[in-house]
Amino acid sequence: MVLVYSDNKNLTIEMLSKATELSKETKEKVIATIIGKTDENLAKEYISYGADNVFIAETELKDFKAEEYAEILSKIIKETKSETILIGSNKNGKELSARLGGILNAGCVVDSNNVYFKNNKLIAERMVYSGNAIAVNQFNSKPAIVTIPSKAFDPLKKDASRKGEITKKKIDAEKSASKIVKITEMKTSGVNVEDAEIIVSCGRGFKNKDDIKLVKELADVLKGKTVGCSRPIAADMKWLPEEHWIGLSGRKVKPKLYIAAGISGQIQHIAGMRDSGIVVAINKDPDALIFKSADYGIVGDLYAVLPKLTSAVKEKMG
Amino acid sequence: MNIIVCAKQVVDVSEMKIDSTTKKPILQGVPQKISDIDKNAMEEAIKIKEKHGGKITVVTIGPTNAKERIKELLAMGADEGLLVTAPENIDYHITANLLAEAIKKIGEYDLILCGETSIDMFSGQTGPRLAANLNIPQITYAQNIAAEKDKITADRNMGDQLVTTESNYPVIVTVTKEINVPRLPSLMQILAAANKPIKEITAESITKDLKPLVETIELKGVSMERKNVVYKDDIDESVKQLVNNLAKEGVLRG
Repeated sequence: MVLVYSDNKNLTIEMLSKATELSKETKEKVIATIIGKTDENLAKEYISYGADNVFIAETELKDFKAEEYAEILSKIIKETKSETILIGSNKNGKELSARLGGILNAGCVVDSNNVYFKNNKLIAERMVYSGNAIAVNQFNSKPAIVTIPSKAFDPLKKDASRKGEITKKKIDAEKSASKIVKITEMKTSGVNVEDAEIIVSCGRGFKNKDDIKLVKELADVLKGKTVGCSRPIAADMKWLPEEHWIGLSGRKVKPKLYIAAGISGQIQHIAGMRDSGIVVAINKDPDALIFKSADYGIVGDLYAVLPKLTSAVKEKMG
Repeated sequence: MNIIVCAKQVVDVSEMKIDSTTKKPILQGVPQKISDIDKNAMEEAIKIKEKHGGKITVVTIGPTNAKERIKELLAMGADEGLLVTAPENIDYHITANLLAEAIKKIGEYDLILCGETSIDMFSGQTGPRLAANLNIPQITYAQNIAAEKDKITADRNMGDQLVTTESNYPVIVTVTKEINVPRLPSLMQILAAANKPIKEITAESITKDLKPLVETIELKGVSMERKNVVYKDDIDESVKQLVNNLAKEGVLRG
């Protein structure tokens, strides 16, 4: 069977589309997995997006711990005889997959946005060396675990008339010796750069925290309203919360339009935005790497360019 | 406290060149270094040792020349090194199994520290896989840790949440780059490190018949086709042309 699991609904739905494609080749069924409380509506939704079966593992466990979830998932995989496992590539999903691989002695490839069968072997491609190359990874064993980032695949068209089977089963895991003491919500602005169609990003070229308003103003007139940034702004200066951080260790985005202002274009940043539609770069250094990854560039001081660009866009859009 | 730090020798990605015709990275001749985040793990180990005493052992799976890299960590403050020489291109399954066997050979341990991920592959699999092989808890993505005599508490950066987790020993903790700034060893420390022991054993001597479950069969180049239209002159004129082009591309309509 081809089994799909994520604690994120949208990601699960996107993976169901890929799983459906893979299952045609293996002539198996697609199973979506829910761990936690029974949620019939969610199960039905997964069926409408391509799941043939939904396996609900009922558990008393409250908060996610990779040790416990990996054990539960390993039992589901054995019970359903699943050989191709797709797991959502968020932070929980990645540590879960690696632990699961260890438990099952199964191969695992994380962050793959290209998964297919070739000569009956599952292949998962992924970016390596900070985006300098793509590794083509072949699984020599089963089960095979692949984690899938969000937005890698388009969901299937929803079909509410699709029929599927819902299996409920109580599954327990040995309690981990680790204990969650406290969960603190991080200060977030509610922005999701991964969903944005237009992103205006800022980098080290900005001198003060207040100056970030220059990118906000441009983002606003572009109706994109989404601000991104490179590592220094989020991780070092902490001028913007981490959910704005685009790059290898930040978020990976693919908007229709990506504008990078004052960003030098380190390969780690490029790795986070290389799938964007049109890329615009603004930098005062004509040799900045970012221009190599841009469709359009303006060599100039961002403090002069951004306000002018904002008013020109405003005028053009009426 | 007995602390084990797992460290990986990687190519320095920032020094990597791309072959202009094949677009593939040229792997020969690229300088090697310790994966940056493993140095953060090392720094954290030293801080814990300074507080509670004990011993720090560095374990590396890699080629013979990785010995040089282990010396850097001995200079920072590790007491001993263990190098398990293994063929290149082994998968995480083999790496984690070799680490587990090597750690069992070292004997008693309380805490295993790793970087959350290596900077060359960025998979983040080794820590959790090793934890599974040793059947101990894992605390990943730690951006702040407090080690006490009988337990460790860590703040895990989960993006939108900060999850504070504690565990008794033994436990694996993987750390993020933000957790600290790794110290630079002094010349005295670098010289003194030459006298610290590095043991070298082969992969075959501790495990048998490990076959890779995943194989990298090809390294493809990345082509990035961009228009590369760059305006350099008058800013007003540049802005005007840019906006006209963006309108033509159809990306200005919301």
